[in-house]
Amino acid sequence: MFKHFINLELKSFLRSASVGKSIALKIFLGFIALYFILSFLVLGIALYPILHENFPNQKPIEIVNNAVIFWLAIELIFRFFMQSLPVMNIKPLLILPVKREKVIHYVLLKSVFSIYNLFPLLVILPFGITTIIEGNVGATPVLIWMFTLYILILCFNFANFLIKKKFADNILAFLIFALLGGTFVSLEYFEIFKISSFTGTILNSLLLNPILVLAPILLLAGLYFWNFNYLKSNFYLDSSLKTKIKEARTTDLSWTKRFGEIAPFLQLDLKLIWRNKRPRTTVFMSFIFLLYGLMIYTNPKQSDISFLNVVVGLLMSGIFMLNFGQFIPSWDSSYFGMILSQNITFRKYLDSKVGLMSFSVVVLALLTTPYVYFGWNVLATNLACAVYNLGINIPVLMFAGSFNVKRIDLEKSPFMNYQGTGAAQWIVGLPLFLIPGIIFFIFSELFNIETAIIAIAAIGFIGLLFRNTLMNFITKGYQTRKYATLNGFKQQEN
Amino acid sequence: MIQVTQLSKIYNGTTVLNIPNLEIPKGQSFGLVGNNGAGKTTFFSLLLDLIQPTTGTLTNNEIQVNTSEDWKPFTSAFLDESFLIGYLTAEEYFYFIGDIRGQNKADVNALLKKHEEFFNDEILRNKKYLRDLSKGNMKKVGIIATLIGNPKVVILDEPFANLDPTTVSRLKKIIKELAENPDITVLVSSHDLQHTVEVCDRIVALNKGEIVKDIVTSAETLKELEAFFAV
Repeated sequence: MFKHFINLELKSFLRSASVGKSIALKIFLGFIALYFILSFLVLGIALYPILHENFPNQKPIEIVNNAVIFWLAIELIFRFFMQSLPVMNIKPLLILPVKREKVIHYVLLKSVFSIYNLFPLLVILPFGITTIIEGNVGATPVLIWMFTLYILILCFNFANFLIKKKFADNILAFLIFALLGGTFVSLEYFEIFKISSFTGTILNSLLLNPILVLAPILLLAGLYFWNFNYLKSNFYLDSSLKTKIKEARTTDLSWTKRFGEIAPFLQLDLKLIWRNKRPRTTVFMSFIFLLYGLMIYTNPKQSDISFLNVVVGLLMSGIFMLNFGQFIPSWDSSYFGMILSQNITFRKYLDSKVGLMSFSVVVLALLTTPYVYFGWNVLATNLACAVYNLGINIPVLMFAGSFNVKRIDLEKSPFMNYQGTGAAQWIVGLPLFLIPGIIFFIFSELFNIETAIIAIAAIGFIGLLFRNTLMNFITKGYQTRKYATLNGFKQQEN
Repeated sequence: MIQVTQLSKIYNGTTVLNIPNLEIPKGQSFGLVGNNGAGKTTFFSLLLDLIQPTTGTLTNNEIQVNTSEDWKPFTSAFLDESFLIGYLTAEEYFYFIGDIRGQNKADVNALLKKHEEFFNDEILRNKKYLRDLSKGNMKKVGIIATLIGNPKVVILDEPFANLDPTTVSRLKKIIKELAENPDITVLVSSHDLQHTVEVCDRIVALNKGEIVKDIVTSAETLKELEAFFAV
């Protein structure tokens, strides 16, 4: 029976829509996977020597033990957003003469082979082996330690499914988690209660008393059967296999009326963003990108304003614009025929998208103002970049959008989701970031930083001045290509 | 109202529609019948400028549909579920359509009130997004949405399919009412001959993209059509 399951699984992978994607995209995804595998492997191999060199007085394995809790926490966050139990696939098996329990075991066991469980192994194995060779801990305890760590990873694998069941789609629950995590991090930071050394001590004692390995094994077994029982009692079409129907909540958006003729579209776009998974997550990600500046500005080697700062500046104020704009008009792909045949002129439809993106750039730019802490030049660069986004990048994105012919399903998660991605998205990246970066570089080399900042802002202003002309031109492009767009949107991917 | 001249649509060498001449006068209720693949939806898509004709022209109230957008204010259509916006509730969708057709909330509410019976308490105030409605209920929403904003041309593709018997008879009443108004031109397609005969003054039968019958509805029409389509 399991043979059949595995056969089905293989077919579903080989015949899935994502495998049929363009070859360039496949290569790109392959590189990403390879990159992660190599990164983790290098980390695993280099971890022991690095720790040994920097902390000669401590055993590397004990330092790692202290850090394990952070690893697991980060992993849980990633898993929460990206990994899910693929229960929907078993729907066709329900009425076949297959034991329910067997199917459930299969689904659960299959999750063990997920890539999320491979990555930690790439670190644990090399590190454990070097510890055995180099260290004076002894082979058996380290082997048991490696085993325990992997059991813990698997515990998180199964715990994640339970957590998701309870808290998925519940922003409030997510906030509670964030709060809890934040509390532990701050307790750690102010050295009030060090959860890292607490869990570290537990893992250290494992090295002395290998019998303690039973605890995580029992935990794993418990979590497995909890999942099993949950699935078993919900293995019906009207419970866990049912696609969730969310209760509609209406919001009063009448305040958008002040924007005049584009108001109905603005309302529509706001609802689009709020009520659909993919655009909604896009918005959340924009806020995370605001922290990008911290990574760059706090780097002491990066004290001069440079090419990189321009890219960061453009990204911080433009991340929503970029993520939303690159898929115009694909967001509306499922009802594009209605948009075309209704009493709507293309110009108004496009103007509302521009309005929304401009608004996001302004808001995000305002949120980056605290970076003035790192110097006035940083603030000036960010604001100049925001103007450039408004004046040049928005029209460029809108123009590129007229070539979008790929459909988007709004309810799919955006992580590693390349649906709707075509050549247009890749080509458009160049003028958006590279060109302003180069302009900045040339001006700052020829003259000085201030002139370069002014140049970026000036180009943005010129774009703003010609906004109307540009939009007329762009609208024409959408109109001539609308048949191709509509035809493309009708192609279902699976 | 609608004038078709030398219209054809060819996909990869296959002619899917070829209408040398067709005129639909103002106020007529026009029924388009035919088997699957006869070109009914293609014709409506051309009329709405959703696809480009290979040859020929279509005018709607003397406006050529693929060169000007001025036909949009007085034309409304429901072809399939892709005309609905899945993440809106029914009310929100109606108000959105109302907004872009220049109707305020009160106008839309009055229209909805009038058709409350048609909805059968399954559409309004039930806190569901359109994507979560059944096919039949989606259709009801789409059909009523075409009535918003006093359109002069109403285009409905397969309006009777997927509806329960009660709703079908209510829908017939609605279409008949539209047909009685001399200002409104109604275009309905269907492969149900009987329904079409009941609501339309004139019936055109398509077969493989060609007009094979063009008759003014009379007592014998149904028999004539049934005989034609029987093999």
